[in-house]
Amino acid sequence: MVVEDIRKAYGDLKAVDGVSLSVAEGEFFGILGPNGAGKTTTLEIIEGLREPDSGSVRLLGESPWPRRVPLLPRVGVQLQASSFFEKLTAREQLETFASLYGVGATRAHEMLDLVGLADKADTREDKLSGGQRQRLSIACALVHDPDVVFLDEPTAALDPQARRNLWDVLRAIQARGKTIVYTTHYLDEAEILCDRVAIMDKGRILAMDRPAALVRGLDAPTHVILERGSLSAADAAALPGSGEVGEDELSLTISTRQPAELLSALANRGALEGLQVRTATLEDVFLNLTGREYRA
Amino acid sequence: MTAFKSLALAMVKGFYRDKATLFFTFVFPLMFLLIFGLLFRDSGSEKITVGAVGEGPVITALADTGVVELERYPTMAEAVAKVRDGDLPAAVGQSGNEITYRFAASDQNQAGTVRGIVVGVVDNLNLAATNQPPRYTVDESNVEDSSLEPIQFITPGIMSWGVAISAVFGAALTLVNWRKKQVLRRIRLAPVGVPTVLSSRVVVSVGVAIVQAVVFLGIGSLPVFGLRLVGTWALAIPVFLLGVLAFFAIGMLVGAFCKTEEAATGAANIVVMPMAFLSGTFFPIEQSPKWMQAVSQIFPLRHMNDGIMDFLVRGQGASALVVPCLVLAGFTVVVGAIAAKVFQWEDS
Repeated sequence: MVVEDIRKAYGDLKAVDGVSLSVAEGEFFGILGPNGAGKTTTLEIIEGLREPDSGSVRLLGESPWPRRVPLLPRVGVQLQASSFFEKLTAREQLETFASLYGVGATRAHEMLDLVGLADKADTREDKLSGGQRQRLSIACALVHDPDVVFLDEPTAALDPQARRNLWDVLRAIQARGKTIVYTTHYLDEAEILCDRVAIMDKGRILAMDRPAALVRGLDAPTHVILERGSLSAADAAALPGSGEVGEDELSLTISTRQPAELLSALANRGALEGLQVRTATLEDVFLNLTGREYRA
Repeated sequence: MTAFKSLALAMVKGFYRDKATLFFTFVFPLMFLLIFGLLFRDSGSEKITVGAVGEGPVITALADTGVVELERYPTMAEAVAKVRDGDLPAAVGQSGNEITYRFAASDQNQAGTVRGIVVGVVDNLNLAATNQPPRYTVDESNVEDSSLEPIQFITPGIMSWGVAISAVFGAALTLVNWRKKQVLRRIRLAPVGVPTVLSSRVVVSVGVAIVQAVVFLGIGSLPVFGLRLVGTWALAIPVFLLGVLAFFAIGMLVGAFCKTEEAATGAANIVVMPMAFLSGTFFPIEQSPKWMQAVSQIFPLRHMNDGIMDFLVRGQGASALVVPCLVLAGFTVVVGAIAAKVFQWEDS
């Protein structure tokens, strides 16, 4: 998938303002950013649902706009709203979507298993929980065994347990060799799941790389946090590798660029009470790129 | 299963699993059939009630005519009071050879009818009293006329109306709901063409209409209502099917314009309700003013009504197919083309 300098404006609002990216086969690619960053519009242009004002998209070697029927069976799309047929059960939804691609019912039932909804097969769509609906809509996107899967905010509005269940589903899909492109505003989640991420804000891509590389590129210090009172601030500052030392009512925070040395010194002193080690995250990357705190 | 079949199946399931839709498709029109059917059941044979006072050959002869219902009163004053109150159109009293007839000036029609009957009876008795053979005799026998028993026009009218409602609502609500929930968009992402989606909806609408027709005609034919279909009923089928298509097209147009189900329901009602009242659904169009009859010519429901009634109960020949079929087909094409023009896959 190759996207070159696509742009899309709605009136004065530049929803997508010159986005270029490429995704290799089998890759799990995340487009991250706060709401309104232009993630969904970017995805819709790549899927062939919208025409870009300018720029070009090649998806599996073809241009998705205007609607190209031979390309459609190779692409799976989960839309942001859970789009289901009214009054149908989970199984019937999948069977109906499967038949749109000429795929049999057996495959539809496999998909229910994959997303862990086998026991909800006969439950109507409107009686499913938020997480179950999300999993069902992902199953609907996968039912025709596409090569590329687009998921728009699949984990939005889910409780933490449902999100973790869904991660397992997403990993299982990747294990089948699919290319996954997904959007999320949970940076922590993207860091765990994605091979590569693009961080978007205001219609532009600010950075694109492996999450670990982005974080490393920040060159931010590691924070070692101890229970307050386990060590005095002065003692902490004197430890090898210790940088800035801060203290609040609960904890003592030492920032360091040589975490290994600092930690072994702390271990030697037996001062590991309530130890936490915080390295930089994608949120820090976002903060660094935009100069503002990340808010989903 | 093919995409066509499974889309149709999805729509059929969505239809019969929705109680409100079932109600408005079957129960609601049936309620009207029941109300109007029972209301008008005896309207052809209703007798006029007349106040009667005293005894004598005239009163007896009046009772024997079987055309009027006599209501007994002890005194003429009491009977006249009833007439004055508007409870009776007229009162007749006999005291010896004297006949008194009092009528309400407000109800000239009925009073006139009663007067004719009373005078006729008195004249006959007078003639009989003279022992002369009558010079003029009336040779009478009844002729089947072309006016219909109420149930004969109520059933086809309400059937057309019920079918129109469900065709418009079915098409409009499916379109709006699928667009709102992005099902249309999802279908667009699958290798399925517009003709498949459209034809599956048409087939479902026609199927629902056929079930409605069978139910309505079946219930109308129950002895309590007494609908009788004439030999040419099968010729009503093309008019019926074209009518369903015309209303399907209207539904597509409503669905193309409206963004929410609520708006679509309102718009569909605005389209169908006036049509129902002005197209002879609830009463014969011949009874309405001339201007209204002229206006109703622009409604497809009028032509569907006329066309179906011609064959279902009036026994017209095949030549009567031409006008309703052409009008309904033309309507379908024009409205369908406009709907296709304004159609959108998703909310902009």
